[in-house]
Amino acid sequence: MSEMAEKLMLYMQLPFVRRAIIVGVLIALCSSLLGVTLVLKRFSFIGDGLSHVAFGAMAIASVMNLTNDILLVMPVTIVSAVLLLRTGQNAKIKGDAAVAMISVASLAFGYLILNIFPYSSNLSADVCSTLFGSISILTLTLREVWVCVIMSVVVVIVFILFYNKIFAVTFDEDFSKATGTKADRYNLLVAVVTAVIIVLAMNLVGSLLISALVIFPALSAMRIFRSFRSVTICSVVLSVICAFSGLIISILSGTPVGSTIVAVDTAAFILCTITGFLIGGKQQ
Amino acid sequence: MALLTVRDLSLGYESRVVAEGINFTVNAGDYLCIVGENGSGKSTLMKTLLHLKEPLGGEISVGDGLKRDEIGYLPQQTVVQKDFPASVREIVLSGCQGRCGLRPFYNKADRKCCEENMERMGITDLANRCYRELSGGQQQRVLLARALCATQKLLLLDEPVSGLDPKVTKEMYELIERLNRDGITIIMISHDIAAAVQYASHILHVGRNVFFGTKEEYLRSDAGRLFLSRTEGGEET
Repeated sequence: MSEMAEKLMLYMQLPFVRRAIIVGVLIALCSSLLGVTLVLKRFSFIGDGLSHVAFGAMAIASVMNLTNDILLVMPVTIVSAVLLLRTGQNAKIKGDAAVAMISVASLAFGYLILNIFPYSSNLSADVCSTLFGSISILTLTLREVWVCVIMSVVVVIVFILFYNKIFAVTFDEDFSKATGTKADRYNLLVAVVTAVIIVLAMNLVGSLLISALVIFPALSAMRIFRSFRSVTICSVVLSVICAFSGLIISILSGTPVGSTIVAVDTAAFILCTITGFLIGGKQQ
Repeated sequence: MALLTVRDLSLGYESRVVAEGINFTVNAGDYLCIVGENGSGKSTLMKTLLHLKEPLGGEISVGDGLKRDEIGYLPQQTVVQKDFPASVREIVLSGCQGRCGLRPFYNKADRKCCEENMERMGITDLANRCYRELSGGQQQRVLLARALCATQKLLLLDEPVSGLDPKVTKEMYELIERLNRDGITIIMISHDIAAAVQYASHILHVGRNVFFGTKEEYLRSDAGRLFLSRTEGGEET
């Protein structure tokens, strides 16, 4: 045990490990904030869809040799998020189908582009790391860490300021509109913030596992708690704890970061389900 | 001046007209019941009154100091709400949201309004319970309390008793009647023609023949007699 602690202390002295932990925890916090709303709006898969869009955009950016690919990836993802979340209700193609379509199309398109215009010798490793984020979190630069910190602070402030409005619009969009809340505006806000979080989160778990970061904490919290506020708080706490312990485990045992965090999230979900079952049983 | 005046309104989706030639006025204190067959445009009419949909033609004007967004609304349950984790208090309080504008948090007046309306609906003891665990009748009371937070003048109710058992249905109607006596104007969509003619002061029948008038006029009209004779429970009246 002391050997483990020693190893951990040694790793903690490395700047890239500290950066990875800071970024990991912040992204877990942000993604779980909106997770509750997205799950309740029946948009659980939007994380997956948007991250594939971001992957496609990233592929184009690499082919075009853009030094700062976030300038292309961020706007493209935001536009997709707005289109997906806004047309949710009256669209000709329904929400889940639209998400699936955009997700698969941009994944295929991105991979195709990378194959036609190879920009590096080791294509499959590049694709793998973009999809599963296995290495990128350990190669963060100081500037990326600061971008992530600032974005996270903005997301948290926006969420707190609009918490009541987001609740009202999520619970009953028609009622909110009828009684004078600009529901469309807040849907737009949720879409933009979602896109920002997903582009940030791609660095951590890669595009394939983002859905897990968005939905697992929310679903786990919903097993136990029964009011919107407590579900939101619980999912944030849970997400941060899972991300932190996932990172530590992956550092100590050398497992891939993204998959380890998701594995911890899954374990937490099972625990919460059992706890919720026990509490529910007692009440009746 | 009437609270709500509707002139020559036609409703529908894109080019398909569902109902047209709808004229009616609602005065303060009225209890208007909107009846009609399925697909006759009742729900579309309500959505148009709430400005959730644009009418195909005609106009809706509000008067008597009523603002466009001062209409409380009791919607039909949506799929999203069935497993929504929210306490009763959170939901009732969200009725005050329209008044907040850009103010991010609820103030004391909002909280007081919330408590008063929960008291009025007799759900104060449920305040911390989870919405999805309540019975159908209790859920309707919660949504009614929320609607009351949004307005003190005009309530639009969309099938308020659908899915409720007869005893709870009766309680719900009595509750609505009490609100009407307290001075709140009611517009209600209903399938339940027997209840409509029992409680309402005015009837609007949408469909091929649009009828609008007081309950007594409706009972004597052709549209009313035809509809009553075809609907279960019509014999009672």
